[in-house]
Amino acid sequence: MKIADQSVAEVTLILEDGTRVTGKSFGYESPVSGEVVFNTAMTGYPESLTDPSYKGQILVLTYPLVGNYGAPKEEMENELLRFQESNKIHITALVVSDYSFHYSHWNAKDSLGQWLKENKIPGIYGVDTRALTKKLREKGTMLGKIIFGQDDIPFYDPSKENLVAQVSTREVQTYGNGKYRILLVDCGVKYNIIRYLLQRDTTVIRVPWDYSLKDTDYDGLFISNGPGDPKLCNLTIENLKNQMSDDDRPVFGICLGNQLMALASGADTYKLKYGHRSHNQPVLQADTNKAYITSQNHGYAVDNKTLSAEWKPLFININDGTNEGMIHTSRPFFSTQFHPEASGGPTDTAFLFDEFIGKIKIHKGE
Amino acid sequence: MDKSIKKVVLLGSGALKIGEAGEFDYSGSQALKALREEGIRTILINPNIATVQTSEEIADRIYFVPIMPWFVEQVIAREKPDGILLSFGGQTALNCGIEIHRDGILEKYHVRVLGTPVQAIMDTEDRELFIEKLNEIEIKTPRSVAVTNVSDALKAAATLGYPVIIRSAYTLGGQGSAFCSEQEELEIQASKAFSYTDQILVEESLKGWKEVEYEVVRDAFDNCITVCNMENFDPLGIHTGESIVVAPSQTLTNSEYHKLRELSIRVIRHIGIVGECNIQYALDPESEDYRVIEVNARLSRSSALASKATGYPLAFIAAKLALGYGLPELKNAVTKTTSAFFEPALDYIVCKIPRWDLNKFEGVSHLIGSSMKSVGEVMSIGRTFEEAIQKGLRMIGQGMHGFVGNRGLTFEPVEKELAEPTDMRIFVIADALEKGFPVDEIHNLTRIDKWFLYKLRNIVALKNTLSSFGSLSGLSDQTLLEAKILGFSDFQIARFVLKSPVNRIADDLIRIRNHRKKKGIVPFVKQIDTLAAEYPAQTNYLYLTYSATEHDISFNKKRNSVIILGSGAYRIGSSVEFDWCSVNALQTVKNKGFQTIMINYNPETVSTDYDISDRLYFDELSLERVLDIYELENPEGVIVSMGGQIPNNLAVRLRENGADIMGTSPDSIDHAENRHKFSSMLDRLGIDQPRWRELTNIEDIHEFVDDIGFPVLIRPSYVLSGAAMNVVSNREELGHFLKLAAEVSKQYPVVVSEFIQEAKEIEIDAVAGKGEMVAYAISEHVEFAGVHSGDATMVFPPQKIYFETIRRIKRIARQIAAELNISGPFNIQFLAKDNNVKVIECNLRASRSMPFVSKVLKVNLIHLATRILLGENVEPLNKSIFDLDYVGVKAPQFSFSRLQQTDPILGVDMSSTGEVGCIGDDFYEGILKSMLSVGYHIPEKAILLSTGPVRSKVELINSARALLDKGYRLYATRGTKKFYDHHNIPTTLAYWPDEKKRPNTLDLVKNGTVDLVVNIPKNLTKNELDNDYMIRRNAVDFNIPLITNARLASAFILAFCQIKRNDIQVKAWDEYK
Repeated sequence: MKIADQSVAEVTLILEDGTRVTGKSFGYESPVSGEVVFNTAMTGYPESLTDPSYKGQILVLTYPLVGNYGAPKEEMENELLRFQESNKIHITALVVSDYSFHYSHWNAKDSLGQWLKENKIPGIYGVDTRALTKKLREKGTMLGKIIFGQDDIPFYDPSKENLVAQVSTREVQTYGNGKYRILLVDCGVKYNIIRYLLQRDTTVIRVPWDYSLKDTDYDGLFISNGPGDPKLCNLTIENLKNQMSDDDRPVFGICLGNQLMALASGADTYKLKYGHRSHNQPVLQADTNKAYITSQNHGYAVDNKTLSAEWKPLFININDGTNEGMIHTSRPFFSTQFHPEASGGPTDTAFLFDEFIGKIKIHKGE
Repeated sequence: MDKSIKKVVLLGSGALKIGEAGEFDYSGSQALKALREEGIRTILINPNIATVQTSEEIADRIYFVPIMPWFVEQVIAREKPDGILLSFGGQTALNCGIEIHRDGILEKYHVRVLGTPVQAIMDTEDRELFIEKLNEIEIKTPRSVAVTNVSDALKAAATLGYPVIIRSAYTLGGQGSAFCSEQEELEIQASKAFSYTDQILVEESLKGWKEVEYEVVRDAFDNCITVCNMENFDPLGIHTGESIVVAPSQTLTNSEYHKLRELSIRVIRHIGIVGECNIQYALDPESEDYRVIEVNARLSRSSALASKATGYPLAFIAAKLALGYGLPELKNAVTKTTSAFFEPALDYIVCKIPRWDLNKFEGVSHLIGSSMKSVGEVMSIGRTFEEAIQKGLRMIGQGMHGFVGNRGLTFEPVEKELAEPTDMRIFVIADALEKGFPVDEIHNLTRIDKWFLYKLRNIVALKNTLSSFGSLSGLSDQTLLEAKILGFSDFQIARFVLKSPVNRIADDLIRIRNHRKKKGIVPFVKQIDTLAAEYPAQTNYLYLTYSATEHDISFNKKRNSVIILGSGAYRIGSSVEFDWCSVNALQTVKNKGFQTIMINYNPETVSTDYDISDRLYFDELSLERVLDIYELENPEGVIVSMGGQIPNNLAVRLRENGADIMGTSPDSIDHAENRHKFSSMLDRLGIDQPRWRELTNIEDIHEFVDDIGFPVLIRPSYVLSGAAMNVVSNREELGHFLKLAAEVSKQYPVVVSEFIQEAKEIEIDAVAGKGEMVAYAISEHVEFAGVHSGDATMVFPPQKIYFETIRRIKRIARQIAAELNISGPFNIQFLAKDNNVKVIECNLRASRSMPFVSKVLKVNLIHLATRILLGENVEPLNKSIFDLDYVGVKAPQFSFSRLQQTDPILGVDMSSTGEVGCIGDDFYEGILKSMLSVGYHIPEKAILLSTGPVRSKVELINSARALLDKGYRLYATRGTKKFYDHHNIPTTLAYWPDEKKRPNTLDLVKNGTVDLVVNIPKNLTKNELDNDYMIRRNAVDFNIPLITNARLASAFILAFCQIKRNDIQVKAWDEYK
C-alpha cells in the first residue's frame, strides 16, 4: 500500500514570502517554479490540468481527495480529445492534500500520478492545502517553486511573459461543417468552447492569437480564454480594435476574451488579489434578478468604472461586485468573464452560445 | 418579500419514526426562526413534545395535537392564518397538507400554501404523474407500469422481466417498496403494499447502479442552485437511509457531476418548486446513462444532512424563499458577506452512517434493502475518506472502535455475507479485506465502487503495519502520524501496537495519547466555511483532523467557556429529548455569560445548528476527542448530564484525565450506575428495591429463583441473539433462556431480579442543588411494570396513585439526592404496589421525560438544572402538581411496520422509536389525542379481541361493554369469546390463523373488516411464531391499529367511547393555564 510508503520522495514548496511547505511526490520529479494559485472546485481535475489558462501556474486544489477517478482515456471525438480541454497538461505543478494512488472509473486509462509523470509535471500530496489557500487569500497570489532535495532554482514570474503566444495554435485549423462560420481566435482555447460551437451548426476556424482579422470570411468572431496578463496581448487587442470599429459581425469573448475586448474598447483591466478559480461563482445579469452559478478561472478583471459609454456591464459577480461580462449598447458584441462552456463546472450559462448564434442569425437577416 | 403574510401555520412531523426522525425538528426550527426574523407570527402544530421546535423560543404558538386534517382544520379555523408551510414536516405534513387541500379546507379559510405549490407536490408524489412530468422534458425515469391490483402487477412484471421493484405512492422511507426476484415474492409484496395505497408501481430493477442525490433550491424568480450532491457508498438497491453516504460525490467525473446537476435544475424548474427539493439518481457505473429515481418536493433527511455537510442552511433559506425572497437577495449565513446564491465548496469529506437497533427486535430480518430500518445516523468529517469513515464507525456507538480493531467480528461464509448485505455490511468488508479477499472480488459481490474499497484496504494495510510493531519505541513518528491521518484512534493504536488486553487498554490508550503529544502529533481544528477558504468567514462550525498543520481558529485561555456534550446518534432509548435538553442547557449557559461549546455529531439535531452555540465541534464524543477539545479550549468545565448515556458514561474517565465535570460528581454518577454500589447504598438508606443477585453459574441461578419465585427478570451479559433481557415465568422458560445466553461465568455474569406483577411504575424527574431537591415532577405509567419505561404511556400529573405513595416517592428522592449530593438533573423509577414503593433505577442525568414534564408543568427543569451546574443557588420551587387543571399524556410511537417479521410486542427492552405528548382537560382526552397522534384511529366498524390471560380479560370487561353500547361489532378468538359469553357480552367467533375456518382472524384483518385489534400476549415471554404472533404481525402489515397491553387498550377504548371526536378540545399550549 503506497500510502505508508517511506520511500516516497519528500518535496518542498517554497513561496516568495519564505513559506516552506513539505509534502510527498506523486508526479514527475524535477524542480519547477511559477505562480501559485488555488482552485476550490470539488471535481474536474483533468479539465483544470489541461486548461491552457493555467499556463505558468502551480495549482493548489482545495478539495483534499484528488485522483479518485484517475486520468482519462485519450479518445478522439471531432478531432478533439474527448475527456480533455486541450492536448496536454498545462499547469506547472499540482499540490493536493490526499492523493488516491488507486483510482476507479470506466473512462480512466491510468492514475493521475502516472499522467503527471508522462507530461513531466510534478505533483505533491500531504499538504495542508487549506492553510496554504488561506495564505494565498490573505497575501494574494504569490510566486512559488517546488524543489526536490537541495536542488534550488530561481522564482519565475509568468505574468511578465506573453503566455498566450505559447499556448495558441500555430496554424489555422478547421472543425466541423456547419452553416455558420465562426472565426475562433485561439488565445489558449478550451476544447469545450469548440464542442459547444460545433453543437450549434457551425464551422469553427481556429486561428492563432495574432491572426489578422481583416477581410476574413466569417459570420461570427469568437475570442477565447487564455492565460496571463491581457495587456501583453497587444496584437490581439489591436486586431480587435480595428475589427470592432468598422465591422458589425457579432463578437463573443470569454474570460481573457472579455478582457481583450475591454482593452480594445478603451477600458482598463487590473490584477485581482488572488483571482477567481472555482465552480461556484455567483453572477447576476445586470439590471435583472437573474442569477447564475458559473465556472471561473481568472487572475485579472475588467474595471467596470472604465467602460466606455458604448459598453455596459452584462454580468456582475454577486460576491465581490467585479465585472463578469459586458455588452455593446448598440452592436452585437458581448463577452463574459466566466466560462459558459463550463468543463469543468456548472453549465447554467451555456445558453449564451445560443445567443451568440442568435445574433449571427439576426446579422445575416435570418 | 410578500408583506401581506402576517401569520403562518407550520405542520411538524409528529413522533419520530423510522424514516421520519429528528431531521424535521431541525428543519422546522430553522423555518420558524426564518419567519420570526421577519416579524411573522408562527403557529406550530406538532404533538412531539420533546422537540426543540415546540418551544416558546422558537414558535409563537404551539398545538400539541395530531397532524390530521380534522385537527389542522380546527387550528386554522381558530387562528385564521395567512399562509401554511407544508414542506418542513416530512411526509406526514405533506400528506396532511395534500388532504386538506383536496378537502377544500385551505380554500375555505383563505390560507395560501407558501413555497412549492400543492400541485407540484402532487406531481412528485404520484408516480404516474411524476413520470409523465419528467417525460415531458425528456428526462429518463426507470421503466415502470402503474397498477391498481395484484394481477395487473404480475402482468407488468412479466413484461418488464424480473427482478422488479415495487413502489407505492406517498411513502416515507421507502415503506411499501420492495425488490421482487420472482412471481411469488411479488404477489406477497404487492398485496401488502395495497393495504397502504391504491396504486403501486412495478419498475425495472437497476440494482448495482450508483446512487447519487442532489439538493436543489429554486426561488420564485427561477434562480436555481444545487447546494450539495451526495454519493451512496452502497449501490442502488439499498435505501439511501440504510446506506453509508459521502458528500460530495467521490467517484463522479466533472462530466457526470454536472450532467446530473444540469438535469436537477431542469427538473426543479419544470415541476415548479419554490424552495428546496431532493433528487435521487441511479447512474450507470459503466457509462453516463442515468435514471431519476425520485424527487422529494420537501425538506428531507438528505436535505438536513446536506445542510450539516455544507454549512448551507437549506430549511432556513427555503422558508425565506417561500415568503417570496429571491436567492441573490439573501446572505450566506456563514460568511455573512457573500450571497446565499452560491454553491458551497467543501474542502473536506463527510460520511453519513446509519445506526440500526435491530437487536432490540425479536425475529426481525437483519438484511438491508429497499426499505428503511435504521433509527438514526451520524455524520463524520475528515480530510481523508479513511479518517471520516473510521470516525463515523466509532460515532455509531455500538462498541465499534473504527473500521478495524473490533473483536469477534468474523463472518462465515464471507461471500454470502458480502452478497446479501445486513446491518453489519461494513464490518463484513473489513473481515473480507483482513482475510485477504481482493478488491475485485469484494466489488463483484457488493457492487460497491472500487475506489471506496481501495480506501478501506488502506486502513487494513496500516493496521497490519501497526501490528508489526511490538512497542511504542519501535513505532516511527511517520507511521503514527499516518495512522492518525487514516483515522485510527489511540484505542486502536494501543490495541495493534501494544496488544493491550481488555483490562489494560484504558490505561494504554492514555499512554499512546501522551506519547504522540510529546511527538507533536496532535489534531488541528478546521472550519466549515462553505467556500473552501476562498473568503474569510467568522464561522464557528468546526471539526478536527490530522491532515493539517495549523488551526483555523485561536483559543482564549480565560476559562470563560463551558463545553456541553450532546447525545450522539439517535437510537432506541436516546433521541430528540436529549437534544432538547442540550439546546436548553446551551441557552442557559449562554444567558449566564459563558461562551458555549457544543460537541455532537448527529446531523438530525438542532444542537448542531450553526447559530445555537458559540462554537460547534462536529466531532466524536469519545474520551480522546473530548480531551483534545478540552485541552485546546480550557473551559470552565464540561456538562455531561444533558446528552443522555454517552456523555454520562464519559464522566469518570474525563475527570481522571483532568477535566472538570460540572454538577454532580463523577463518583456519585458511578454510584448510581454501578448496580452493586447503588444497591448497597439503598440498603444503607433503608430504601426498598426488588431483590436481585448477580450470579455466575446455573445452579446459583436456580437456587435464587427458588427463593424469590417466578416470574423473574433476567439479564445475561453475553447473548447469542436478541434476548438481551427478558422476563421468564417458569422453569422451562428459564432453561430455554439460559440456553440463549451463550455463557454464564465469572466474566459474563447473569443478573436475576424479582419481577413484581401488577405493580404500578412511577417516575420522578427532578433537579437538585448540593443534595437538596429543588424541583420535581412525578408521573405514572398507564401500563403495569414490565413494559419498558420508554414504551410506556406516561401520565403527568399522575391521576391514579395514592397520596401516601407520592409522599414516599418524594421522601426517597430527597434521601437519594442528599446521599449522592446531586447537583443537576436526575430521574428515579419506582415500582409501587399497595403503597409499597421500590426503587428500580436511578440516573443522575437528564431523562427522556424531562421535556414532557417541563412543558406540561411549564417549569423548565433543564434551565433550573443548568443554573445549578454553573454553581448558582436555586431556591426550591413551590409549584405543585395539584396546581395543574389539565393532564399531559406521553405515548410511544412504534415503527414495527418497517421491521418486517418482528413481533410487535412490548417487553422489558425498549422498542419504540419516538413519542408524542398531548395535553387534555382530563385523562381520557389526553390519551385520545396522544393515541391519535401516534397513528391510532377511532374505529368505525368492528374490533377483534384476543385478550390473553384472565387478568387481562377481566380488565377489558368494561371496555367491551362500552364498545357494544357504542354499536361496535366484536370479534373474539375462542377463549376470549367463551369468557365474554359467560359475562353476557356477545361476540362473534374468529378462528385462529392456523384453523382453516372462517371468519378467520387473518381475513378479518386483511380485508379490513375490523379496524382495531386488541391482542394481549398470554405470558410475559416473547414467544416463537404462533397464532398470536400471526394476528399481531398481520395487523401491523395491513396497517390496522394494534394494542397489546390490556391497561392501555382499556384506557384507549374508554376514551373514544366517552369522547366524541367533535368534542375534543383543540387548544394551544398557552391556553392550558
